[in-house]
Amino acid sequence: MESPIATADTSVIEESSVAQVIGDLVADTPAIEAELLIEEISIDGMCGVY
Amino acid sequence: MSVVLESVLEIHPQVAVRPETFGALAYHYGNRRLIFLKHPDVVTVVQSLNSYPDVQSTLSACGVAPERWPSFIAALSSLETSEVVRERQIAS
Amino acid sequence: MSAKSLVEEMKRGLDAPICLTWELTYACNLQCVHCLSSSGQRDERELSTEEAKKILDDLRDLQVFYINIGGGEPMVRRDFFELLEYSVANGIGVKFSTNGAFIDEEKARRLAAMDYLDIQISLDGVDAATNDAVRGEGSYDMAIRAMENLKAANFGQFKISVVVTRHNVSQLDQFKALADHYGAQLRITRLRPAGRGADTWHELHPTNGQQREIYNWLLKHGENVLTGDSFFHLNALGESLPGLNMCGAGRVVCLIDPIGDVYACPFVIHDEFKAGNVRDEGGFAKVWKQSDLFLSLREPQSAGACASCGAFDACQGGCMAAKFFTGLPLDGPDPECVGGDADEALSIIARGSEPKPSMDHSKPVTLTRKKLSVSASH
Repeated sequence: MESPIATADTSVIEESSVAQVIGDLVADTPAIEAELLIEEISIDGMCGVY
Repeated sequence: MSVVLESVLEIHPQVAVRPETFGALAYHYGNRRLIFLKHPDVVTVVQSLNSYPDVQSTLSACGVAPERWPSFIAALSSLETSEVVRERQIAS
Repeated sequence: MSAKSLVEEMKRGLDAPICLTWELTYACNLQCVHCLSSSGQRDERELSTEEAKKILDDLRDLQVFYINIGGGEPMVRRDFFELLEYSVANGIGVKFSTNGAFIDEEKARRLAAMDYLDIQISLDGVDAATNDAVRGEGSYDMAIRAMENLKAANFGQFKISVVVTRHNVSQLDQFKALADHYGAQLRITRLRPAGRGADTWHELHPTNGQQREIYNWLLKHGENVLTGDSFFHLNALGESLPGLNMCGAGRVVCLIDPIGDVYACPFVIHDEFKAGNVRDEGGFAKVWKQSDLFLSLREPQSAGACASCGAFDACQGGCMAAKFFTGLPLDGPDPECVGGDADEALSIIARGSEPKPSMDHSKPVTLTRKKLSVSASH
């Protein structure tokens, strides 16, 4: 059975995890936008060809 | 080597760029890689690389706002890895 | 624009194909039991050299970068090298698919000297017993000899293309080793019930359990293995395999057949999927851009009976050709649906009642022709 302290700890951990994810998103934003600008596809990667 | 604002680049001579409604298709005849340039701005930049001294001046001339430059640098780095663009060769 | 929306753009069709398949002839020196084009005998209406060059001019103007040449056996055409050279000279890269019978030492050297050329040797078994049961006696030796000749001529990397059947699923590792031995790239591709493939599809196509094996093998070992995106119906099993994961027929690819007919893809040589003919006014470009068939394929397709299935986004309802030639409706599950959703419908279709290919160029059966041995597996 979880103690109140364990529960509070869990919420602190969750908050910092969320902050970490947001931090990662901000840092990755240029990379995400770069993905939007180009996409590589294999010349063999389309169905309907020998 | 990854691309920076001071890089001097050109489209690889074995690459053909075919316009599409949403950007362009780039095909490298040598390594057979096929890459979609998914935004008209990146197409304009890639096709203008040879006309300007470096990446930074190309981006400015093509009207790309500075806050977008990191994503264009990342895209150009990726295109360099695929050999679609390369360091500009000096003709001898 | 997200990755998904790129695929949505492609489904709407492009102004020109990205690549396409061009079958140069229905003539062939082999009689593979599963031949998708029912090849064997030349059709007297075959395109002339001049007509073929006109097609290449059109493709050049459309900026098609690369074509897959096949047949039948494309090397039986007297103008084979002439057309290869014309294509490459016009900026169109070529991959040709061959059984290897005509790649002797001299041809291998000639091919090795050409640029922007890729070769794909067909092989359906890692030993003569498995391979020849499907492709005919001597065909294994033919293919291996071609590979040896290409290697000796320093051609560089060629492809080995395998149609996956019930009898060679267990050989995937060995196929990879064979390709590695020749410095070749392995390609495995889905068997469709197209052409003569319809006759033995029920006995030859992989079982449900084997489909899972193929999928798992591709996830684990498939990094450098090509598939022609032909296994996207297996994406319903989990993480998607590399590729566009969509049917390209009429949207980004198509087929030009030996008499100039244009079909949505090489696996649907049937009037239902015929878009036009390159000999018609406007040539290939007009067929690609304006044919009723292709325009309709570029409309959003209905999920139909698959609409309520959670896997539809991944599998896209599978392959048109597989559904059509097994007698299933196009707006429903694929005959090899991994969820078994087509099993009941398939069980009530009378064999022989399914749509037949529009043409059959098979050579007449002779008494000496070996029949498929169903027990070829080991």
